[in-house]
Amino acid sequence: MKLTGFLLLAGGWIIVLAAMVLLPSGASQISFVLLALGVEALGLTLVFRAHLIPGRERR
Amino acid sequence: MTPVRAPALSETSAALSLLFILLIPCAAAGLALINAGLGRFRNAAHSMLSALGVIATAALVYFAIGAAWQGSAGQPAFALHVAGQDWNWIGAGRFFLRGLELGGWSSLPMLFGLMGVGLAAIIPLGGGADRWRLGACFASTVLLAGWTFPLFAHWAWGGGWLAQLGFVDSGGAGVIQVVGGLTALSITWILGPRRGKFSSEGMPSALPGHNAVLVLLGCFLAWLGWLGLDGAGAILFTGVEASRAVLIAVNTTLSAGSAALSVAAITRARFGKTDASLCANGWVAGLVAVSAGCAVVRPAAAVIIGLVAGALVVYSVEWLELHLAVDDPGGSVSVHAVAGLWGLLAAGPLAAVGPGPWLAQLVGIATLLGCILPLTYGLNWLLNRVSPQRVAVEGERQGLDLYELGAGAYPDFMTHNEDFWQR
Repeated sequence: MKLTGFLLLAGGWIIVLAAMVLLPSGASQISFVLLALGVEALGLTLVFRAHLIPGRERR
Repeated sequence: MTPVRAPALSETSAALSLLFILLIPCAAAGLALINAGLGRFRNAAHSMLSALGVIATAALVYFAIGAAWQGSAGQPAFALHVAGQDWNWIGAGRFFLRGLELGGWSSLPMLFGLMGVGLAAIIPLGGGADRWRLGACFASTVLLAGWTFPLFAHWAWGGGWLAQLGFVDSGGAGVIQVVGGLTALSITWILGPRRGKFSSEGMPSALPGHNAVLVLLGCFLAWLGWLGLDGAGAILFTGVEASRAVLIAVNTTLSAGSAALSVAAITRARFGKTDASLCANGWVAGLVAVSAGCAVVRPAAAVIIGLVAGALVVYSVEWLELHLAVDDPGGSVSVHAVAGLWGLLAAGPLAAVGPGPWLAQLVGIATLLGCILPLTYGLNWLLNRVSPQRVAVEGERQGLDLYELGAGAYPDFMTHNEDFWQR
């Protein structure tokens, strides 16, 4: 889960870069950046959850 | 994309920015005191020594390699040619400051970076307080000062691709605060919580800081340091005139004040009492949040930035501890990462001049979360595999002062409530 979370974080950033490079400035670029932030939010959630589970098991 | 030119500095602007830069160590002293005061008494000397040590380490590593990779606008850099545009991604300076004219004003961005990297290196100490080995702090700082910080600093300040997009981060809300805060988050994940912090059911227990006076004194020092940080950053990286320093100082103070009052009101309303340590965290969060747009927002906007930053700190500290089991004794993640991200976001729509570069701000935030967080976590995870960063159980029980330094900060201090043995 942790690795997936970090991959989603990095994937979101790559979407941002791709949008800035490939798309003309305007609504489509903004949409892709917002979408990428959503992907990153999902990744961050997974990373937090991944650190939650082993922590509780350890205790 | 258009290359970013270095702002032309007048003699007055250059002299004023040098004066401002020399105030930045006050911010470092403030953060060090806050971290020490929010930790336990048996780790106080260790905490202060760690702060001094990471500044020393950061300065040396930045001198050796970091400054070369950070570079500054108008200096040599490596660029990738993609889709017909040049994306400036890392500085191409020489290591050990060779080739840099240290006798002139052109080296001011490097001096600012030298001070800023020390400040960024102190931030993770709050997250790893009471359980992070001294040597491990220094080793982690090598990674921060040698790679993570210069990389993002080049992108935002050194004429890199974020600066080319119009990203605004005058005082280092992203470069210093969020980079440090995300490193603190990585460290708390890697170290795990302090022993006794969470019960077997996963409920957190309060481990209050040992000295509220140190914490609040740290806020005063941080205020002074931030006036320098925001003033110098705005002149050097946003290119504002020296006369704008008045607006910057007003914004910085208003944001810190409104954030502290916001926390005081929220904690009073929710808990019936005003929480001193959270108010201190709120004060610093206000300073952090306004750093991004200190030179481009109006005072009313700075108040809004501060009010929201204060509220974010209260709820973020609670959420991280209660729901996400993140043990962050100094509140570094909430104060520096969360408030810093808010400040970067707010600097776009609240900018007084023009529509504001809010798309560039979003790209900067996405870069911090999608590139810098995995990078700093990965580097520290590898470091932890090579040499465990957490102190031994005996060290945590005995206290890091005695275990690693051989003497406590308060030799005459009597212990009446040994929280380690409570459970």
